[in-house]
Amino acid sequence: MSEPTLFELSSPGRSGVRFPAADVPFSELPGEFLRENLPLPELSELDVVRHFTHLSTLNYSIDSGLYPLGSCTMKYNPKINEVAARLPGFAFSHPYQPVETLQGSFALMFQLQDWLKEIGGFSGISLQPAAGAQGELVGVMIIRAYHHSRGDFNRRRMLIPDSAHGTNPASSAMSGFEVVPVPTDALGNVDLTALKALCSDQMAGLMLTNPNTLGLFDQNVLEVVRLVHDCGGLVYGDGANMNALLGICRPGDLGIDVMHFNLHKTFSTPHGGGGPGSGPVGVAAHLVDFLPGPIVGILEEGDDETPPLYGPVMPKQSIGRIKSFYGQFGMMVRAYTYINMYGGEGLRKIAEYAVLNANYLLARLRGKYTVPYDRVCMHEFVMEGVWSDAPEVHALDISKRLMDYKFHPPTNYFPLIVHEALMIEPTETESKQTLDHFADTMIKIAEEAHTQPSLLRQAPHNTPVGRLDEVKAAKELVLCCWIPD
Amino acid sequence: MFIPHTDAERKEMLQTIGIERIEDLFADVPAAFRFPELNIPPALTEMEALQDVQGLADANESARELACFLGAGAYNHYSPAAVDFLISRSEFSTAYTPYQPEVSQGTLQAIFEFQSLICGLTGMDASNASHYDGATATAEAGILAYHYFREKRSKFVLSHAVHPDYRGVLKTYMCGYEGVEVVGDEAELDPFSGPEHITSLIDKNTALVVVQYPDFLGRIYDYTPVAKAAHDNGALFCMVVNPTALGLLKPPSEFGADIVVGEGQPLGIPLSFGGPYLGFFATRKEFVRKIAGRLVGETVDSQGRRGYVLTLTAREQHIRRDKATSNICTNQGLIALAATIYLSLLGKQGLRQVAELCYQKAHYAADQISQVPGFKVCSSAPFFHEFVICCDQPVAEINEHLLEHNILGGLDLGAIYPSLKNHLLMAVTEMNSREQIDTLCEVLKEITHV
Amino acid sequence: MNVPTNLKYAKTDEWVKLEGNVATIGVSDYAQSQLSDVVYVEISAVVGEHVAKNSTIVTIESVKAAADVNAPVSGKVLAVNEGLSQTPELVNNDPYEAAWMIKIEVENPADMDSLLDAAGYASYCEERSH
Repeated sequence: MSEPTLFELSSPGRSGVRFPAADVPFSELPGEFLRENLPLPELSELDVVRHFTHLSTLNYSIDSGLYPLGSCTMKYNPKINEVAARLPGFAFSHPYQPVETLQGSFALMFQLQDWLKEIGGFSGISLQPAAGAQGELVGVMIIRAYHHSRGDFNRRRMLIPDSAHGTNPASSAMSGFEVVPVPTDALGNVDLTALKALCSDQMAGLMLTNPNTLGLFDQNVLEVVRLVHDCGGLVYGDGANMNALLGICRPGDLGIDVMHFNLHKTFSTPHGGGGPGSGPVGVAAHLVDFLPGPIVGILEEGDDETPPLYGPVMPKQSIGRIKSFYGQFGMMVRAYTYINMYGGEGLRKIAEYAVLNANYLLARLRGKYTVPYDRVCMHEFVMEGVWSDAPEVHALDISKRLMDYKFHPPTNYFPLIVHEALMIEPTETESKQTLDHFADTMIKIAEEAHTQPSLLRQAPHNTPVGRLDEVKAAKELVLCCWIPD
Repeated sequence: MFIPHTDAERKEMLQTIGIERIEDLFADVPAAFRFPELNIPPALTEMEALQDVQGLADANESARELACFLGAGAYNHYSPAAVDFLISRSEFSTAYTPYQPEVSQGTLQAIFEFQSLICGLTGMDASNASHYDGATATAEAGILAYHYFREKRSKFVLSHAVHPDYRGVLKTYMCGYEGVEVVGDEAELDPFSGPEHITSLIDKNTALVVVQYPDFLGRIYDYTPVAKAAHDNGALFCMVVNPTALGLLKPPSEFGADIVVGEGQPLGIPLSFGGPYLGFFATRKEFVRKIAGRLVGETVDSQGRRGYVLTLTAREQHIRRDKATSNICTNQGLIALAATIYLSLLGKQGLRQVAELCYQKAHYAADQISQVPGFKVCSSAPFFHEFVICCDQPVAEINEHLLEHNILGGLDLGAIYPSLKNHLLMAVTEMNSREQIDTLCEVLKEITHV
Repeated sequence: MNVPTNLKYAKTDEWVKLEGNVATIGVSDYAQSQLSDVVYVEISAVVGEHVAKNSTIVTIESVKAAADVNAPVSGKVLAVNEGLSQTPELVNNDPYEAAWMIKIEVENPADMDSLLDAAGYASYCEERSH
C-alpha cells in the first residue's frame, strides 16, 4: 500500500495550526491584489504527523545501516551537532542585526575559518559557498579572476581528468572555460605525458581530485602540480575526498592553489535526503583577495580584557557574492562542534581508520570481484560489477540485490573510466562487524550472480517498491500531485 | 569520538590487509608533507563541546528576547513544533540523496509534495526540488534564460528593487557568460521609482526581465504591463516572490510570469543567522526541460505500485558534464521538507491567516509610526508586511536606542541605496504583538525628544 | 546491428541519405542502442536557417544519457520532423525511416567525402565495442 499524498488526505475545512486573532484595528485589504483561490491541502496536525512518520519509514538512512557510497563519506552524524545548531542564540539570530549582537556567530565562523585553513594548509578561506558544487564554481571563478587580474585573458582551457565528478566540467563550462580531458594512466594516476603535452599558456589550470575517484592517492602529485605551475596555470583541488587526508597531509602543502571542502562529507553534517550541504573554499596566499564575500574578519582588535570585534569583511578583489547572507551557518555550527570533539590529533585518526576500513574491505573482496587498479587504496576503492562468466548480471543488479539484505548500494557507474563501476567507501565510523557483514553479503551476492542470476535481475524483492519505470516517469512527466476538485 | 575500533580489531584488520602498521597505508603521500601536526586544540568531550558552543550562542542576542522588526529577506515567523520534530527523524535527516529510489520513497514523495505545494502557491506548472536560497534561484533563472535563447540574447533587465544580495549573486553567476550585460539597477536611480523604468529598458536583445513581489522596499505592483513588454519583445519574465505574501496576494501566474523564484525561509525555517535557507524555482510547462536542479516524478514499479523517482536526470551534471546547463548537485533536502510540513500544518486557512496577520499588523505599525513626529512612511504604493520609514536622524542612532529597549529596529537602507540615508525598512509579522508595536512607537517618541 | 548500405555515416553516429543535393539526417541503430529508451527529442534547428557542419541541431535525451546530434554537412534547413517530439520512441524503433530528423540542402558536396560508407561504419562500431 503506498502512502497517500497530502492532497489525497486533505479534507475541506480541516486545519492544523491556528493563530491568534488580530489584536490590531482592521486595515482594508488591497482588493485588486487579493487571490481568489489557494490550492493548499487541509489537514489536522495528527494527519500531518502520521503522514510524514509513515514516509520516514520508507527511507533507508545512516542511522538504519551502512551506506558504502564512494565519494559521499556517509559517516555517522553526531546528535550533539543537532543540539548545537538549535541553540536559540544561533537559531533565532537575524543576519542583519547590529554586528555587536552577533559576536557568538561571527566568532564561531572566524574560528572555523582558522581551523579549516589549518587542516587544508591554506592562507585564506570563505565559508559562503552553499555546497561542494558551488565551492567548485567559486574555485574556477577565482582562477579566472586571478589570470584576468594579471592581464592574461588567453587562458580559456581547463584541464580535467577523465575520472572527475561531473560537477567539475559543469562548473568550468559555467565560468566560460573550454574543458579539456586528461587521461588516467594504468596505475590510476594522472597521465604525466599527456598532461605535459597539454600544458601551455592557454591553459588556466587543472582540476584535481586527490585522492581521485578511484580512491587512489596520485603517486606523482608533486610533479603534476609542478607541471601546471610551470606553465602559469593554477591547480584546483576537489576536496570531496578529504576524509582520507585529515592530519595525513595538507593539500595546500602539496601546492594546491584553491580547494573546496564538503562539510556534509568530511565534517559529519547530515545529508538530509539531499541537502543542505556546505562547501567552504580555501586558497593559497596569492588568491586570498579574490575570495567570495563577505568573509569574517576582525573589525576591532581586542586586548587582554576584551575579545576582538568580529564582523563581515569583503576581500579586496572579491569575485563577488555567491549566496545571500553568510552561507549555510547551521552546517558551520555542526562542523565546528565536530572538529572541537576530535581535536588536532583526533582528526588524523579519522583518516587512518577510514583508510584502514577501505583497505580491509578491499582485502576481503578482491578475490571475488575484479579490482582494476589494485594497489593500496585510500578511503574508497572501485571494483567492477561484472563477471565474464555471469554475463546476465551488471553492477546495477548487484546494487539492487544488496537492498534485499538491508544495505544501501555503493556508488554505481562512477567513475566513468571503470566498466560497471561499484565505488565503495565505508568511512571510519563503521565497525569491523559491520564491514564483515557487508563483505560476507557481497560474496554471497557474487555467488548468486553465478547460480541464480534472476534473483539479482529482478531485485529488489524486499523493499517498499520494486524497480521503478524511469522511462514512464521521463515521458509522462508528472511532477505535481493530482489535486481533487 | 565516533571511531569504534578496538586495538584487537585493528590488529586483525592489519593482518588481513597484510601490513604492519596503519602508517604504511600512506606510503604514497610525499614524505616531506606526511603527518603534519595540526595547530588545533585537543579534543573535547561532548559535554565540554556543548559548553563551549553554548558560550558562543549566549554571546548572541536574537529574536527570542528582542522584539524583531527586521526583515529584508529573512523573516521572524512562528514555526509550529511539529516541523522541527518531524525533520529531526533520522530517517529523514541522515538519509542520502534519493538516487536509489526503492529505499528512498520517503524523501522522494516528500519532495514531490514540496514541488506540488510550490506550484499551488505560485500558480506555475512545474517546480524543482529546491535551490540553495532565493539568490541562487534567481541566478539560475538567468542561466536558464541565457541558454533558452542559445546565447543569442545578452541583455538582462533587473529591477533595482530586487533584494541586493540576489542582484549581487545573479551578477556573479553571469560573469562567466560572454557579452552578458545586466541593466536596470544603476546606483543613480531613484529607489522609489516604480516598474515603468524597467519596461523602458526591454528590447529584442533582452533574455530575461526580473522583478520582485512584494519588492525589496515592501511595495506591491501590478506587473502585467512589465510581463507584456517582456513578451512583446520575446523575452522571458521572472518574478522573485515572498511565499507568505502568496497566502493573501494574487499569484505571479496571474501577471504572466514565466519563471517564479523566491526564498522559502518564511515557511517555518528559523532565522538561523542566514542559513541554511531554501530557494524555490518554478516555471510554466513549456520550460520544464530547461529547469536546473533535481526533479521528482511519479511513476509505477513492476507490480503497478505508485512510486517516485528522480527524473529528467539526463539534464544534470553527472550525465551531461560540461554540457549541463548548471553544475548544481545538492538541493536543500531537509529544509524543503520543513517547508512542506509547515505548509501542510497551516494549510489553506492557516497560511491565509498568517498572511492577513502580517498585513494587518504592518499597516497598524505604519499608521502608528507615522504619528510620531520625525517619522513617516515614504512610499504611497500598497505594501504587504514591509514598509520604508523616513527619519530625521541617522538610522544607526535610532537602532542603537531601540536596542537598549530590547527592540531590533529595521534595516538601514542608506547602506544599500546611496540616496536613502536616514531611511529604514521595517518588517512586521504575526510574531509582533500590538504591545510590541505600541512600545516601539513610545521608544521612537523618546528619540525625537532627545 | 542494422547498417543500411544506401546511407553514409559520421563517426559521431549520424546517418545521411543524399538525394540530389538534399541530405536527410538521423541517428544510427548503434546510437539508439547505446542511449536506450529515448524519452525526448528537441530539434533546435529551424527551417530556413543555415547550419554549419558540426553544429548541434538536435538534442536527444534518454533516461541515462543525453546526446547532441551534430550536422554532418553545412547548408540550409529545408524541413524538420516535427512529430518526433511527440513520439520519441521512434528513434529506438525506426531510426532510419520514421525517425528522420532534418533535411538540409547541401551547400558543399565535399562535406560528404569525410563520411563513412556502411562497411566502414560497421567496422568502426565493431572496434568501439571492444
